[in-house]
Amino acid sequence: MEIKNLICINCPMGCALTVEMEGQEVVSVSGNTCKRGDTYARKEVTNPTRIVTSTVRVAGGEADMVSVKTKEDIPKGKIAECIKALKDVQVQAPVYIGDVIVTDIAGTGVDIVATKNIELTLPLLG
Amino acid sequence: MINYDIVIVGGGPAGLAAAVCAKQNGIDSILILERDKELGGILNQCIHNGFGLHTFKEELTGPEYADRFIRQVKDLGIEYKLNTMVMEVSQDKIVTAMNREEGMFGIQAKSVILAMGCRERPRGALNIPGYRPAGIYSAGTAQRLVNMEGYMPGREVVILGSGDIGLIMARRMTLEGAKVKVVAELMPYSGGLKRNIVQCLDDYGIPLKLSHTVVDIKGKERVEGITLAQVDENNRPIPGTEEFYTCDTLLLSVGLIPENEISRGMGVEINPVTSGPKVNESLETNMEGVFACGNVLHVHDLVDFVSEEAAAAGRNAAAYVKAAAGSGNPADSDTVSTDAAGEQSTDNSGAVEVIKDTIEAHEIRLIPTAGVRYTVPSTIRPDHMDENLTVRFRVGSVYKNCYVSAYFDDERVIHRKRQVVAPGEMEELKLTKEQILQYPKLKTITFKVEEE
Amino acid sequence: MYDVIIIGAGVCGAAIARELSRYQVKICVLEKDEDVCCGTSKANSAIVHAGYDAVTGSLKAKLNVRGNEKMGELAKELDFPFERNGSLVLCLSEEEMPGLQALYDRGIANGVKELRILNREEVLQMEPNVTDQVYAALYAPTAGIVCPFGLNIALAENAYANGVEFQFNTEVTEIHKSEEGYELQTGKGVFHARYVVNAAGVYADKFHNMVSDKKIHITARRGDYCLLDKEAGSHVRKTIFALPGKLGKGILVTPTVHGNLLIGPTAVNVEDKEGINTTAEGLSQVLEKAGMSVKNIPTRQVITSFAGLRAHEDGNDFIIGEVEDAKGFIDCAGIESPGIASCPAIGEMAAGLLKEKMGLKEKDNFISTRQGIKNPSLLSMEERNALIKENPAYGNIICRCEMVTEGEIIDAIRRPLGARSLDGVKRRTRAGMGRCQSGFCSPRTMEILARECNMNMFDITKSGGDSKLVVGTNKDTV
Repeated sequence: MEIKNLICINCPMGCALTVEMEGQEVVSVSGNTCKRGDTYARKEVTNPTRIVTSTVRVAGGEADMVSVKTKEDIPKGKIAECIKALKDVQVQAPVYIGDVIVTDIAGTGVDIVATKNIELTLPLLG
Repeated sequence: MINYDIVIVGGGPAGLAAAVCAKQNGIDSILILERDKELGGILNQCIHNGFGLHTFKEELTGPEYADRFIRQVKDLGIEYKLNTMVMEVSQDKIVTAMNREEGMFGIQAKSVILAMGCRERPRGALNIPGYRPAGIYSAGTAQRLVNMEGYMPGREVVILGSGDIGLIMARRMTLEGAKVKVVAELMPYSGGLKRNIVQCLDDYGIPLKLSHTVVDIKGKERVEGITLAQVDENNRPIPGTEEFYTCDTLLLSVGLIPENEISRGMGVEINPVTSGPKVNESLETNMEGVFACGNVLHVHDLVDFVSEEAAAAGRNAAAYVKAAAGSGNPADSDTVSTDAAGEQSTDNSGAVEVIKDTIEAHEIRLIPTAGVRYTVPSTIRPDHMDENLTVRFRVGSVYKNCYVSAYFDDERVIHRKRQVVAPGEMEELKLTKEQILQYPKLKTITFKVEEE
Repeated sequence: MYDVIIIGAGVCGAAIARELSRYQVKICVLEKDEDVCCGTSKANSAIVHAGYDAVTGSLKAKLNVRGNEKMGELAKELDFPFERNGSLVLCLSEEEMPGLQALYDRGIANGVKELRILNREEVLQMEPNVTDQVYAALYAPTAGIVCPFGLNIALAENAYANGVEFQFNTEVTEIHKSEEGYELQTGKGVFHARYVVNAAGVYADKFHNMVSDKKIHITARRGDYCLLDKEAGSHVRKTIFALPGKLGKGILVTPTVHGNLLIGPTAVNVEDKEGINTTAEGLSQVLEKAGMSVKNIPTRQVITSFAGLRAHEDGNDFIIGEVEDAKGFIDCAGIESPGIASCPAIGEMAAGLLKEKMGLKEKDNFISTRQGIKNPSLLSMEERNALIKENPAYGNIICRCEMVTEGEIIDAIRRPLGARSLDGVKRRTRAGMGRCQSGFCSPRTMEILARECNMNMFDITKSGGDSKLVVGTNKDTV
């Protein structure tokens, strides 16, 4: 029997979770205040995933950068690849929240979506 | 002079939520003044996720969270001015503001909501010795450069302070290609949320050194390295524990200070512990009709609670404007709208009148002691109280398996178990009007952390 | 070939350049840094001393009193902030009274006007926050506070307006005697001049010793300071000194001309002439000793700390004059405190000397006044609105703490000898000098600098050289 200690990251409570494991099998989760803690613990010890947030360049917009995120969480081990795949991405303004920027990032099946609205640059006066 | 019922200083999360709630409570004449080029405040540069779990039951990034409120503001037709700096607010609520197009102008408000947020504590406040080269940034400045402008402030980074912005920036800098060597924290515990330590440091193998501080900065033009040392229980560096780190960047996440220069200028009384205004149950300052909410009132960890607090300020400001209209010039009463929200709130103010008759008008002082550093609010007028009141506070150090308690005068009325409380995580206790009405002569409510 | 080359664009170099620009003479100032006011002139107490400290008969005494007299008019002519706030030297016991009396007598002998010794009650009435231990004090109403950047920049701008050339990022590495005068080797090539003025601050000994066998020696004496928020700015109204000790005037507590509270300096001799690092011991000494003169200093309100180097010459006096064995080489060395106060007189003296030697004639088109950067906060609302209408940039606040507008920053960049770095903008406008210490405004000021100077963001520096502020773009190394 193996014991793993985790801190739940679902919300700011940061519950101290204790996971009992038998090989790759989760036997029990304790220390959680809600169901999400249980789910998180089971996933974290078998297949940890994260939402990744970053930025990509925008052309012709009111700002030079637009913030983006993975629409869902992706495997932790794919984060670096995901960032690399975003390196040379540039989008054209306007961009709106939820717009898909890259589909199936790093082969995860998850899309990268915009998290900010960037309007077209208006001609500047003066 | 232009007139508005409610002028809101600041269009960040607090200002937006206050505006929306004031409007929903029947006030149409509202103006938000925002100094930046867009609404949303600091949320626009907080591109990480984790916002909105309480408010929207989903996990949003900062800009997405802001957008939810910006859309409400726009849909409700609330007026706002961007790129507009509030220069001062006078005692009689004349707001002086300035922008490129209109120059400097005055606005007469019936009520003012202070929602200016906070600023980062600079290096100087810590007396960190050494040179003053380029490459020393507050974490928020670096966050703006990276997240909004796409510029990397450096390649090899040391972060002092484990406040949330520092932790978040450790991950951001790493993901954008920098090497974050270490995060040092003066205190024996982190100033940030636990989840951020897991997700921002542990995930990327970034060490967190508790009870450490920067004792020297090397580099005459650009940072070349910094020296960390362990500190003793009085936060003094321990000789012999010095460790040199080469780096070109030092990010500081060493505390946030509410921006109350405008508040002080108009005579608002400030709580020296929070550096924010002292407020009553309505989040009203010592100046009648001047309300405060969000980080200008006290620094929050979670924007969800800022929104909640700001909504209360907006609702109370609306009630104040309506009450003033009711008691004063009837011509002003056109501000009470006749839509559904308006009727509802008219009913509410009626209810307030009834209660005023039955409760003896007096003021209860909230006293923070034994581990509790402050409370917001600091006073309660039972006759002005809503059914429920959230009292927020912070503790002075880490306590495990403890209780947070509230004593009504000498009687312990609330006693809540906490596995752990820490200065980095704001605490709250909820009081109900019913509870308080059971103690008609109540003078003080004392908040404590108790081991037993 | 120049008639005169001045090494150093600090307050002395600039004051000499300005005074010399009254005459028909071709002048060039060589400065190793990217801007004026980058050495000793930028980090000091910014006090215009009354003149009772220096030994009677010394150059320090003479030039301090004369410089103090001239400062008021100069501030008007050249539009820089200066205020005669007065100073108090505290005496904490009856035993120390002879020391205070000696200071008074010396002041009188030096020609300081209006000096008075105040008793305890008078002191406390004047400055309620002075320590309760106070026994008496020497009151000098003529002492003042000045913006050292404003003074230095004003002198340089006015010199420039009168035809003086400035070469920045130009470090003199060698000086050789030539047939017509001197040959100065720099990173930017060789400069020739008939006369050389050595106003090189802590490096003045280096240049002197290149041309003379009679060596001088300057020690860089570091002083640490703490600057407090404007909220603490009226904690005292006068400059408060302790009775002087061996290494200088001790730790002072003073309001600044911009309304902050300044405390310091320490006095530590250092080897490194660029060693402007503060130390933990220094800063704690500043805080501790300041508390001995003034009570309840709100030390939580410190917004920044810094250190400066004084150029202390072994002979303990200013050295101003032609070097005995190097004809045409004029020293202006050992300018430590009261250098700021003395600089108008130093300029006058050095220029006078050269006028004599060179037989210079006055110009008929000398411009004696200069207009500083417009400060909109001093205008009425109507004037301000007229200004914004004419130039909307004056309606756009960039630095929130000091309320500095884009208009002022643009002016600071576009004017002659304009700012090219964040610190350059800061010294001219105060943008970034407030309580958040440039947290909010630095990215914006960088953008304005890049736009106005047509520079790449990667080339924008904090203070020239390699002090780059951003090093790349997101993911460029991923």
